[in-house]
Amino acid sequence: MNGRTHPLEAVAAWLLALLWLAPLAYAFWSALHPAAYATSFSLSAPWTLENFVRAWHQAPFGRYYLNTVILVVLILIGQLVLSTLAAYAFARFKFKGSGIAFALVLLQLMIMPDVLIVENYRMIGKLGLLDTIPAIALPYLASAFGIFLLRQTFKSVPLELVEAARVEGAGPLQILWRVYVPLARPTYVAFGLVSVSYHWNNFLWPLIVTNSVEARPLTVGLAVFGAPETGVDWSIITAATVMTMAPLLFAFLLFQRQFVQSFMRAGIR
Amino acid sequence: MSDQLVMSSVARQARSHAWWNAVNAWLLLLPAAVLLLAFTHYPILATIRHSFFITRRNGTEAFVGLDSYHSMAADPIFWRALANNFWFALGTIPTSIALALLMAIWVNRNMRGRGFLRLAYFTPTVLPMIAVANIWLFFYTPDYGLLDQLRGLFGFGGWNWLGDPSTVMGCLIVMVIWKEAGFFMIFYLAALQQLSPDLEEAAAVEGASRWYTFRRITFPLLMPTTLFVAINAVINSFKLVDHLVIMTKGGPNNASTLLLYYIYEVAFTFQDSAYAATLTVVLLVLLSTVALIKFGYLDRRIHYQ
Repeated sequence: MNGRTHPLEAVAAWLLALLWLAPLAYAFWSALHPAAYATSFSLSAPWTLENFVRAWHQAPFGRYYLNTVILVVLILIGQLVLSTLAAYAFARFKFKGSGIAFALVLLQLMIMPDVLIVENYRMIGKLGLLDTIPAIALPYLASAFGIFLLRQTFKSVPLELVEAARVEGAGPLQILWRVYVPLARPTYVAFGLVSVSYHWNNFLWPLIVTNSVEARPLTVGLAVFGAPETGVDWSIITAATVMTMAPLLFAFLLFQRQFVQSFMRAGIR
Repeated sequence: MSDQLVMSSVARQARSHAWWNAVNAWLLLLPAAVLLLAFTHYPILATIRHSFFITRRNGTEAFVGLDSYHSMAADPIFWRALANNFWFALGTIPTSIALALLMAIWVNRNMRGRGFLRLAYFTPTVLPMIAVANIWLFFYTPDYGLLDQLRGLFGFGGWNWLGDPSTVMGCLIVMVIWKEAGFFMIFYLAALQQLSPDLEEAAAVEGASRWYTFRRITFPLLMPTTLFVAINAVINSFKLVDHLVIMTKGGPNNASTLLLYYIYEVAFTFQDSAYAATLTVVLLVLLSTVALIKFGYLDRRIHYQ
């Protein structure tokens, strides 16, 4: 697949790339220039960080950041632990009902918590957790996607290694920790990146279960902030928008290759 | 006699071993199972149960059998949301898939700046939809938004892109294509990298044109990926509603309402959770149908070995 490229095709590829970057470039332009230049592009426009300062002071973005980081870490740890245990059970234990249990897990790939907002809201209400960060995390802690991905990886671990560990007297959990987990590292990285970016960006469910600053993640904070009724100008909204996506965007630029590969790995599920 | 005794003790040992295995396995599954039951399986059943109720004005619920379904069948907004979802899927999916394939072919080559191209195409994928909606909202703003400024250069007047029922859906579709094409590109890129280069070389030796090679060799070989991406895209098109909260709230006049957004509105704005359950059942049926196609046919053949 490394055929020569027609010059016209190269031009088209580049044009499409520029077109694809344009909305982002615009967001940065508007965030980094005074409001007067938000819509008029001129090379002589002065640069400024004023919009970020004002956005930061107009809404509790510090708190939103903290909430989002806590949320994402909570979900990631929960998913990694629960998926590892479940995947291990499916990959290496023969037991009655495992087929049905696995099918019931896979059901969540299609019918994600995103769709069951009404009943999940009731459930969170019954648990008395409304408007808390755990409320946002709970429906996502058991991830069918994570279980599936890890099960596939665990299945490829050679049984000789497991046997060797068993001969040395390791129990099931020690075998999991010493043999399976280290060998599945690339899968953990892939799943971690996909999960973190998904939950950093998630919006509808956090919007539903939170209504106070103390629990709101960045995305919901941004939506509240950007509501046109509040009458803030575009430069400030774009500054807030850039702030919301900056950490993920920055991580993506740094670990581009891992990102793309992890999405690929996760994609070939 | 003693032989039999040995046999039965071996069998007993094997049985207790199997029993011990099962106990271990279920203990490992327990934490995930509890959460899956609480936030996936129970809610599915509860949704179905609630779909046979109505919410009274004082907040209590009453069993009404299929009445909710009859009201739903008579609800023009429900049909509008369903139709919108259909057009939304039809508008976004084929175009994003075609673009994704094109992008993947380009970034799979030894083209100059390949890394940059990959980056450019993929970046929208990692952005929050809510941030994307904020940025694009500005493009579509009447008069001084970017789109109207461009129109102004050619002497056209302003246009309320998101406020006009005839243009709002198109605007959202363009934005979602921009957001999603790079994601689908990844699937194609993975598939392309698994194709043997020999085929293309052989075709080149035979003097086949590039278009012919693509049409007769590459594209058919990528068919499983195309189906896989298409199915995922259909599922996505039912879940994607974040942007509506910021950009249109389903308007004007429900021209951009999608099914999940309508459910959200009915449940949390109109506080009618029973009717929201009825609507959710439709969504569940649609998603299960797609799921059956996916598991029953596609994945068995293609992606799960």
